[in-house]
Amino acid sequence: MSDEAREAVGDYQFGFHDPENATIRFDKGLSEQVVRDISALKNEPEWMTDIRVKAYHHFMAREMPNWGNCGELNNIDFDNVTYFLRSSDATEKNWDDVPDDIKNTFDRLGIPEAEQKWLGGVTAQYESEAVYHSIREDLEAQGVLFLDMDSGLKEHPEIVKQYFGSVIPYSDNKFSALNTAVWSGGSFIYVPKGVHVEMPVQAYFRINAQNMGQFERTLIIADEGSSIHYVEGCTAPTYSTDSLHSAVVELIAMKGSKIRYSTIQNWSANVYNLVTKRGVAHENATVEWVDGNIGSKLTMKYPAVLLKGEGAHAEVISVAYAGAGQHQDAGAKVHHLAPNTTSNILSKSISKNGGRSSYRGMLQVSPKSHGCRSKIVCDALMLDSDSRSDTYPTMEVGNSTADLEHEASVSKVSGDQLFYLMSRGFSEEEAMGLIVNGFFEPFTRELPMEYAVELNKLLELEMEGSIG
Amino acid sequence: MRMTEEILRVEDLHVSVDETPILNGMNLTIHRGEIHVIMGRNGAGKSTLASVIMGHPAYEITKGTIHYMGTNINEMSVFERARAGMFLSFQYPAVIPGVQVGTFLKKSVQSVRDEPLKGREFRKELNGAMKALEMEKSVLSRYVNDGFSGGEKKRLEILQMLLLKPTLALLDETDSGLDIDALRIVAKGINSVAPEAGCLIITHYQRLLDHVQPHFVHVMIDGAIVQSGGPELAHKLEEQGYEWLETPKEA
Repeated sequence: MSDEAREAVGDYQFGFHDPENATIRFDKGLSEQVVRDISALKNEPEWMTDIRVKAYHHFMAREMPNWGNCGELNNIDFDNVTYFLRSSDATEKNWDDVPDDIKNTFDRLGIPEAEQKWLGGVTAQYESEAVYHSIREDLEAQGVLFLDMDSGLKEHPEIVKQYFGSVIPYSDNKFSALNTAVWSGGSFIYVPKGVHVEMPVQAYFRINAQNMGQFERTLIIADEGSSIHYVEGCTAPTYSTDSLHSAVVELIAMKGSKIRYSTIQNWSANVYNLVTKRGVAHENATVEWVDGNIGSKLTMKYPAVLLKGEGAHAEVISVAYAGAGQHQDAGAKVHHLAPNTTSNILSKSISKNGGRSSYRGMLQVSPKSHGCRSKIVCDALMLDSDSRSDTYPTMEVGNSTADLEHEASVSKVSGDQLFYLMSRGFSEEEAMGLIVNGFFEPFTRELPMEYAVELNKLLELEMEGSIG
Repeated sequence: MRMTEEILRVEDLHVSVDETPILNGMNLTIHRGEIHVIMGRNGAGKSTLASVIMGHPAYEITKGTIHYMGTNINEMSVFERARAGMFLSFQYPAVIPGVQVGTFLKKSVQSVRDEPLKGREFRKELNGAMKALEMEKSVLSRYVNDGFSGGEKKRLEILQMLLLKPTLALLDETDSGLDIDALRIVAKGINSVAPEAGCLIITHYQRLLDHVQPHFVHVMIDGAIVQSGGPELAHKLEEQGYEWLETPKEA
């Protein structure tokens, strides 16, 4: 490995960056050969290559979804995407290429320069790697496996083979097929029986280019009676020159376990963010999605939970912020497939400057699930009359004993609120920032402190220049 | 002479909302250390006066001026008035969901004061003020006015007044709907800021004036002051109502 390449890749212990491959680059566009090359490059077992190839063919054959923002989806130029990006390529981007408004936001959020460069996609390394290592050691002592997905496949192929695609098969949708064909990076986590991981595990701290890759694949398995909180992404703007991000996240919560998965995405405004997230909760297990969507051009993401075991519980708390030129099409899906299962869905969205936010929800109660309870609350806040908010709830209830509640509200910032806050010394922009932060508070309070603080600050910045 | 320093001067003020005149030639001057009380029937324009002094954008000044500390503030924005030391205790304070009282107070005080707030000193100040107003600390983690009873809202208004230390305090029916204990506590708050400020109290009732000694009492009818006097005027209004002040409709 050249010194330059070594510097780019960092002290990389977990991945596939063997020296002879360091110079390989893939051209834009997708073919079966590209898929096979990716798999070969990673020295993957044959079964994984086979899944990738099958997924590729499914992707090619599958129609584009005919719902959601179809017009925008059809603008994606699949031939103009690089499907496999070496982390060493990331360093070839130039700091000067990162747009000024994103740099300014970094500055105003007080993000250190080294981190700014990582967020800007300029460097593959981040100084907090040391923090990650110490966290990782703690986890290892508890028997927790926490690796990037490529290493997970290498080191624990039997676990990966058992669960990969078990919750989200490649045939689930066009973009899960695409991800399965070309995935790279993401996290692999296995929590042994009865182990409680006390600290939130943050992908944020294991920084390398693949983690924020375009097609990351994450698999988390919580064995019986265990618990884990995984945090992905970051609130600061994430600049990507690649316009397509299509991840797949699968969670498996065994009997009596609990998985919470928190995400905030703030992709730059050129990115299509099309993500499939689904968890399965077995008997008395809990799956919680805490999902924030601030950035991207178009996001389509509906974290889902299959409540498979009796007494299982699902929690989906999501927020979406749609500014100028953005469409956040987000929501939640919960399938009650066993008796006495419960779910809570809270969705909050803000639209501003012509932005559009949509809540798309699916609640299903199967005939055999007696005694289910579900509560859905959707609140939309419109900051001006140019913006748009829609709700598309679907309920399929096959059992009459189900206890279901659905509340939806659309509100505007009232003149009384603004006058009150301004009479307390807040400028109109500051007042808006406060109202917006308050509106998102039920979400923000679920986040680790540093994320909450940064999200609030970010929303305040978003409110600047919004008046007039 | 501090007592004679002019804080507020309202001159021949005419105000409309949606082209409906509400204030019709209002005149009022308040000096530092003075407590003025405005009484009058519902619809006389009392709350409008308070809102328009604070700069509510829905009210249009069609004639006349408002001077604060010698400066014409007709065009000054609401938050600039607040930062200049003006304060309005609302009759119906707005609910701000999801914003904790503690955060709100700190940010508000910081926006009005020039020097950076020191966390520990501010907490001390806050604790002192809350103790004086007999408020539970748990209020700080509740959302601003969300689910507050009428009395809790009014106490929070007074707490803000104590922390913001206004030069001009406008209190719009702060005494309405309060029980005797709450009234006593609110009055205590008013009395603590009054000596250093100019105070304008809008009320329907004489009973607040058992606890707060006004220097001037004014009666407002149809958007203007028709009678001014001392505390005895409030007693007279309590006993006799407003009829004796009203000019017969057909003159």
